[in-house]
Amino acid sequence: MSPKDMAINGDSAVAFAWKQIDPDVCAAYPITPQTIIVERFSDYVADGEVHTEFVCVESEHSALTVCTASQSAGARTFTATASQGLAYMWEMLPITSAMRTPLIMAVANRAVSGPININNDHGDVMAARDCGWISLFSENVQEAYDMSIIAPRIAEHWDVQLPCLVNLDGFILTHAIERISPLETHTVKEFVGEYKARYPLLDHRNPVSHGLMDGPDFYYQHKYQLVEAMAKAAQVAEEVFKEFAEISGREYHSVERYLCDDAEYIAIVLGSSFGTAKAAVDKLRAEGVKAGCAMPRVYRPFPEKMLAELMKGKKGVAVMDKHLSIGAYGPLYPEMIAAALDLEVIPGMYNYIYGLGGVDVTVDHIKSIFEDMVEGRSEKVNFLGVKL
Amino acid sequence: MVEYKDMLIGGRTDKPGSAEGFKTGDWRSFVPVVDMDKCIDCLTCWVYCPDDSIIIKDDKMAGIKLSHCKGCGICASVCPKKAIAMVED
Repeated sequence: MSPKDMAINGDSAVAFAWKQIDPDVCAAYPITPQTIIVERFSDYVADGEVHTEFVCVESEHSALTVCTASQSAGARTFTATASQGLAYMWEMLPITSAMRTPLIMAVANRAVSGPININNDHGDVMAARDCGWISLFSENVQEAYDMSIIAPRIAEHWDVQLPCLVNLDGFILTHAIERISPLETHTVKEFVGEYKARYPLLDHRNPVSHGLMDGPDFYYQHKYQLVEAMAKAAQVAEEVFKEFAEISGREYHSVERYLCDDAEYIAIVLGSSFGTAKAAVDKLRAEGVKAGCAMPRVYRPFPEKMLAELMKGKKGVAVMDKHLSIGAYGPLYPEMIAAALDLEVIPGMYNYIYGLGGVDVTVDHIKSIFEDMVEGRSEKVNFLGVKL
Repeated sequence: MVEYKDMLIGGRTDKPGSAEGFKTGDWRSFVPVVDMDKCIDCLTCWVYCPDDSIIIKDDKMAGIKLSHCKGCGICASVCPKKAIAMVED
């Protein structure tokens, strides 16, 4: 433990990372469980600890509109939201990516109404997954802090220029106090660097128009540019993770693996439940079950080749989704199957819907998933924890 | 057609006036027809035209450019001399 270590909740850790980055603009609207992020950050602004222009807006829709505009103008911009707030931003989400404005948004993942629920699941961010944003997941408070510092480096890369979501599970991480090792502020500033905008609106020597209308021919081609930018983001993420390891000693990967190499059964999981899954895997290993688990830290761009490699030779893969496309599957499941199509032998693939609206998912629950797979009890789609 | 690699990213353009190349005249169902004998060159039609369809030469009304005229009829309705008639196209 370093003397600089902090006991801090996830929201405050994200705000602290952004204090160290010191962005040019922040426009945000409070919503549980994200509120603490912008509250703490507005404290920093009020106390003169950052030079950020804080724009108080009347809604999330306006927040993202202001952020997109300020980033277009050439200002490094940060915002945060959750649940209904992200839903209210939805109209702007694909516009932000289409305009290639690499702003960063923390999402305190929370269930989307209705019924009204303020607890954690991934319903909010999964509804945003098709909008052309890079999406990073964190397992714990340290990772939420680290991803906040990593995100601008990926998003602002000259050949990427895409906005980025930094996900942290609502309450489980946002309100839980954990010990983290923050970096020195000058180290963060050097790592993130000065923001160099590409075609900024305020560059009067090189005038450009932003946000234009496209006919069918241009629209499709602009969308294809996003496809290429996302592919580039996949490479850049790996490079930035390596650089970050050099300054922090903490190694991250597009796909995080735990005891997967010799595993016969694996679980794929996003967010804080990855920690629970690791504990379940440890218990199962002690009982002689060859279990492993993995988390696609970079959810967009989807690391399908790495995930295919991970699933190679496995007997069973449990794809755990904290969201459900009602009438179909969880969102991760069909994508994992698409990734598995690259394999000669496709493992047994089972979808486990879990934790909707904050239903607690324990080590024993995740252990039961593996026991289902081993015993051949897994259905194609399983609803973990629903009382039938 | 421009290739995606040659286009600026983000749907941006550094070439002003690109909307000129997007012809909207074929949306029209009525076309304005000018009776030049009645026209007094007050240029009210030029002020009110929501597009760029009134041709001006030497400060005088010189006809209508149809490439972007959508046939909205505003020019006809504001003309103080009723010099513009809307005729089915």
